Amino acid sequence: MAVKTILQAINEALDQSMEKDDSVVVYGEDVGFEGGVFRATAGLQKKYGEQRVFDTPIAEAAIVGSAIGMAINGLKPVVEMQFSGFSLPGYNQVVSHAARFRNRTRGKYHLPMVVRMPYGGGVRALEHHSESLETLYAHIPGLKLVIPSTPYDAKGLMMAAINHPDPVIVMEPKRIYRAFKQDIPDEPYEVEIGKARVVKEGKDLTIVAWGALVREVEKAMKQVDGIDAEIIDLRTIAPMDTETIIESVKKTGRVLVVHEAYKSFGPAAEIVSRVNEEAFFYLEAAPKRLTGFDVTIPLPKGEEHFIIKPERIAYEVKKLMAQKA
Amino acid sequence: MLFEKFDPLKGEMLQILDQNGKIVNDKLVPKIKKDTLLKMYKTMVLGRIADDKAVQFQRQGRMLTYAPNHGQEAAQLGSIAAMEEKDWLVLAFRELNSMLYKGVTLKQSFLYWLGNEWGSRYDDDVKVLPVNVPIGSQISHAAGLAYAAKLKETGEAAIVYIGDGGTSHGEFHEGMNFASAYNLPVIIVIQNNQYAISTPRDKTIKSKTLAQKAISYGIPGIQVDGNDPLAMYLATEKARERAAKGEGPTLIEAVTYRMGAHTTSDNPKLYREDSEVEEWEEKDPLKRFKQYMIDKKYWSEKKDKELHESSKKEVLDTFKEVENMGIVDLKDIFEYTYGSMTPELTKQMKEYQEYLDEEGAE
Repeated sequence: MAVKTILQAINEALDQSMEKDDSVVVYGEDVGFEGGVFRATAGLQKKYGEQRVFDTPIAEAAIVGSAIGMAINGLKPVVEMQFSGFSLPGYNQVVSHAARFRNRTRGKYHLPMVVRMPYGGGVRALEHHSESLETLYAHIPGLKLVIPSTPYDAKGLMMAAINHPDPVIVMEPKRIYRAFKQDIPDEPYEVEIGKARVVKEGKDLTIVAWGALVREVEKAMKQVDGIDAEIIDLRTIAPMDTETIIESVKKTGRVLVVHEAYKSFGPAAEIVSRVNEEAFFYLEAAPKRLTGFDVTIPLPKGEEHFIIKPERIAYEVKKLMAQKA
Repeated sequence: MLFEKFDPLKGEMLQILDQNGKIVNDKLVPKIKKDTLLKMYKTMVLGRIADDKAVQFQRQGRMLTYAPNHGQEAAQLGSIAAMEEKDWLVLAFRELNSMLYKGVTLKQSFLYWLGNEWGSRYDDDVKVLPVNVPIGSQISHAAGLAYAAKLKETGEAAIVYIGDGGTSHGEFHEGMNFASAYNLPVIIVIQNNQYAISTPRDKTIKSKTLAQKAISYGIPGIQVDGNDPLAMYLATEKARERAAKGEGPTLIEAVTYRMGAHTTSDNPKLYREDSEVEEWEEKDPLKRFKQYMIDKKYWSEKKDKELHESSKKEVLDTFKEVENMGIVDLKDIFEYTYGSMTPELTKQMKEYQEYLDEEGAE
C-alpha cells in the first residue's frame, strides 16, 4: 500500500499497464517529454522510450484517429485530450468511428483504446478549461464513460479501461487531482466498469454524484443534522449501474442527483427517468436535480455562482426532505 | 515581387532591421508615416510593460493564468500597423500588442485574463474578434469575415494570427483552403515562437518552414524576421495590396521567440536551455525598434524614459482598477446565453436567487 493522490494513482496505473503489456502506448499534446500539463504521464517517456510515450502535434482529430488505427493493429493506445474542452476536434473521430467500429464490422474489429481528459470547473481557469461534457460522451452508443472520484478508483478504473476491449473515455476531475491522498494497493488491480460505489449507506434519501462532486456531497451531509443519506458514486456514467440506484431509491424513497454538467438533457435527467420508470411507486418526493445551469460555464469571476458547493447541496437536501407526497 | 524574391523553399527570410537596429536592406525599407511608427513604438512599450507586469502579478497571486507576449511584439505590431482602419483583427490568444494597437483597451485585456467575460466585450467601433482559445479554429472566422466583405464590397480585409503549433491542427488547413479557394482578402500571420507549450516546433512538424505551407494552397508564403517591425510591416503591406486587388490570401511566417512561458502555468526551464533564451534576448524587438527610432530622430532617451514611466503608471493604475472589481452579478452569467432569457433559464436563476436569499450566502 502507498498513499497517493488521484494524479499519482493515474500515473501508476499507466506505468504498471505499460510495464505489464508492451502493446500499451501513451501519447498526446505535451504528454511525452514534459509528462503532460498536469504531469499525469510524468516519467513514462524516460522509462518506456519515445516510441511508446510521445508528444503529438496539436491535432486532436489525428490523436484519436491514429489511436483507432493502432487499436485495430494490435496496440492499446491511451491518448490524452489536454482538457475536455479541447476534445471536440477529436469528437468526430470518437463518435463517427471509435464508437462504431465494433458495430460497423459486426465484431471483426474492436478498439481497446482509452481517451483520457481532465474535466470540470472550480480551478479558476480560462475559457474551454472548465467544461463538464459527460453528456456528450455518455449519449453515444458504443462508448463507455468512467469518472473516478478517489485515488483507489482512479487507478482501478484506469487499469480496467486499458484492459477493456472497447473504447473507454476517462474523465478525470482535475479539481481534485491533488486535493487529497488515499492508501491504495501497490499491485495492479481493476475496478469494474459499470459498477457504482455506495459511499455511505443511509435510509432517508439517495444522493447520486460523481467526480469532484462526491466529496462535496460528503461535506454537505456533515452540515446537515439528522438526515441519513445514502451516497452513491456512480463512477461509470455509461453504461450506468441502474440497479444500484433503483435499489437505493426503493429503500429511501427520495433521490437527489448532483452534477456540474449542464442541466438540460444531462445525466441527471437520465437517472431521474430511470428512477421514475422503475421505482415510481416507492417515491415519497419528486426527484431532484442539482446541476450546472444551462449557461456556458462562466470564467472565474462568475464561476462562483455556477460551482455547486456543499452549502447548496445541504440546502437542497433539506428542501427535499421537507417535501411531502 | 517581394513574395517571389523571398522564397521559403530556398530558405530566404525577409529582414530589414537587424538585431542592433541597423538597416540591412536599404531598398526594402517601407514608407511608414512618422505617426504610425510612433504609435507602433508606444504600443510596444505599453505592451511590454503590461505583459511583464501581468506575469509579475500572477506570481504575486493577483492575476490568474496568463499567456505572455514578451519577445513577440514586433511580429504583432509590424503586421497590424500595415492593415487599414476598416480591417478586421482575428485573434488567437497571444496578441496583446495587436489588440492594443487596434483599440482594445488595457482594461479589457486585464479583465479577460482576470476571468471576466466583459474583457471580451470590446468597444462598438473596435473590429476585433475575442480571444480564441481552441487552437486553429479562428482561420475560418477570418475567411468568413473576408467573404462577407467581398460580397458586400466593403474593401475590408481580415488579419488572423495563429501559432506554430496551431498549423498542425486540421482546422488550420480547412481555413487556409477555404480562404484560398475563394480568393478572400485574408492575411494569415503565424507567430512561430518555436514552441507549442513544451513541444519544439521541429518535433511535430516536418516541413522546413511554415511559410511553405502556402504553396499547397496556391498562395504566396513568406518567412519574415518576426522581431523586425519593418520587415513585418512590409510583408503585411504587400499582402494587404494583394487582398485589395482581389488576389486572395497571403501567409506570413513571423520567426520569433516566446521569451516567457506558454502560460504562467508552465515552466519553460523543463524543456529548453537558458543559452537558447539568451541568444534570443539579443534579438529583442523592442531594443532594435528603439534604436531605429532614435537613429531616425523620431525618438530620444529622454522621451523613452518618460514613456516608460507613464506606461508603467497606466498599467499599474489600470490593473488596480480591474483587480478591485468583484465577481459578476448573477444575472450576468445568464442573460447573454440568448437574446432573451428562456423560461427555463429564468427559473434556474430564480431558484438560485432564492437559495442566496434564504441562506444569506455570498
